[in-house]
Amino acid sequence: MKNAVGREIPDFLLKDGREVYQGKNYMDGKYIQKASPRTRRYEKPQESKIVETLADALRQCGAKSGMTFSFHHHLRDGDYVVNMVMKAAIEELGLDELTIAASSLGNAHDPIADYIEQGKVVGIQTSGIRGRMGEVVSAGKLRTPAVIRSHGGRPRAIEGGEVHIDIAFIAAPTSDCVGNCRGIGGKSNCGSMGYAMTDAKYADHVVVVTDCLVDFPNMPASVEAIDVDAVVVVDSIGNPKKIASAAARISQNPRDLMMAEDVARVIAATPYFKEGFSFQTGVGGPSLAANLFLEKYMDERNIKMGWAIGGICGPMVELLKKGKVGKVIDVQDFDLDAVNSINQTPNHFEMSASQYANPANKGAFVNKLDFVVLAALEIDTGFNVNVLTGSDGVLRGAPGGHPDTAAGAKCCIIVTPLIRGRMATVCEHVVTVTTPGDCVDVLVTDYGIAVNPLRGDLIECLDKAGIKHVPIEELKEKAYSLVGRPDDLQWEDKVVAVLEARDGTILDVVRKIKPYTLEQE
Amino acid sequence: MEIKKPAIAGTLESSDAQVAVEPAEDGIELYLESSVMNQYGRQIKATVLETLERLGVENARVTVVDKGALDCTIKARVECAVFRSCDASAANIPWGGVVR
Repeated sequence: MKNAVGREIPDFLLKDGREVYQGKNYMDGKYIQKASPRTRRYEKPQESKIVETLADALRQCGAKSGMTFSFHHHLRDGDYVVNMVMKAAIEELGLDELTIAASSLGNAHDPIADYIEQGKVVGIQTSGIRGRMGEVVSAGKLRTPAVIRSHGGRPRAIEGGEVHIDIAFIAAPTSDCVGNCRGIGGKSNCGSMGYAMTDAKYADHVVVVTDCLVDFPNMPASVEAIDVDAVVVVDSIGNPKKIASAAARISQNPRDLMMAEDVARVIAATPYFKEGFSFQTGVGGPSLAANLFLEKYMDERNIKMGWAIGGICGPMVELLKKGKVGKVIDVQDFDLDAVNSINQTPNHFEMSASQYANPANKGAFVNKLDFVVLAALEIDTGFNVNVLTGSDGVLRGAPGGHPDTAAGAKCCIIVTPLIRGRMATVCEHVVTVTTPGDCVDVLVTDYGIAVNPLRGDLIECLDKAGIKHVPIEELKEKAYSLVGRPDDLQWEDKVVAVLEARDGTILDVVRKIKPYTLEQE
Repeated sequence: MEIKKPAIAGTLESSDAQVAVEPAEDGIELYLESSVMNQYGRQIKATVLETLERLGVENARVTVVDKGALDCTIKARVECAVFRSCDASAANIPWGGVVR
């Protein structure tokens, strides 16, 4: 069945009331039945929940084959915990048929590809999938299609019982002996622990894995001891160098800066750019650099930003410290400046992924956003964005908060160079739709700006401000005139990943890629 | 032109292509690797073969390792490799003639 972004969704996926994507806000006003977690009672006072090894913790939580284990990705590419836990479960306890439900997975988790090939891991639910894991899943080696969700879609699915977590693993930079966890104060700090919060509340069992045990009570706790079954102390939960970069530097690349300047000009031309406006930006080159130029316009008009959300990094903390933004609310931290600021700098707060972006609660932060500035691997003439699959059709990205913030914000700006190497970023049809075009308002490239025709109001604003813009088709043709028109990718029928829209409908599927031959068929 | 000895042109940098030509006896043997194979493999092959034909190269083993180069780059790298293989790359290059 074809969905609202023109993608053919196979019927076998449309069972148990699962629908295809119908457009933005389709689920508005409907009811969701939340799952009620089943958790174990620890009525008898325990002095400590520390157990010797991960294997012991798994046994204590009744780990068996066929279970779903959850993880969060605040340790990013430095994470050791996913591999450590899966190794203990598979190699020490001999479990198989396991499903990993993670907020994201990355290159740090290459060893999991082996477990997929061996059939020990049979299900993956995640936002991001990259590296060898992306390759083996794209090659059709995972038994069930991977399920890809946005950062807001994930807590919706957990709260609604679509994902039942048997054991949640919390990678905790610090914990006390009963499992109060924080993202700071240890040796592998990550700052916010926002993605782990829903897991801890909805899982049957919760195991904290830490490399820095601190005195009780570890307060204020991101994950609370009342939800924790066991605490395991290991040598190291991650490589600090890869958890948070030293400092996210603002790009010096003139092309990035030119695009960033255009982004700021567009923002300043809209009616939402006024005292107390709200803002989120990605950490890519031009997105982050937009901060710099925006500050100039804020000074010029003598206005301040009310609040900012997101994955946070240094430049935003800097604005907070200068008093140019009122509050920063944070689901994840990307650099040490942000890690060291959360809950330390006044008005820098932590939030859960549900509070950040869940479309099925009564109003997440993204719903109040004025502006979001995002990147894209590809954007097509319907303004649909792909941030998941490479130009070869292989899984190597993550929707993350992209679809959530795009849907929530009053003005969603995509900023990307027109071509990357020989790849046309602006194209006829994206490989995979990860953010539907009805949520994307403005495209800024190094060859020009395009506004979604759905946003006549923004077109008027840009015209009034004298900002030149062109139909997106012109940008596409410009790109193809530089790099040539690409061949269509060739797919097999087998579905290797299902891309859920943030509301739980099906936005797209990723199929197994056919081996390429140089001969014309 | 006749490929007289092995020659190479280009780099493995992003957006470049490295082209190596070697003598062969029985037509053109093309080995192609590309970071954009699935979308541009056939176009790259066509560009390489056209360029060789224009230069009058009938027998060669050609290895192209492409890192997302544009067509103009691929042409230039093929031309350069062929001229180097004939020791004809130092002077009197037919700009605007067979090289265009």
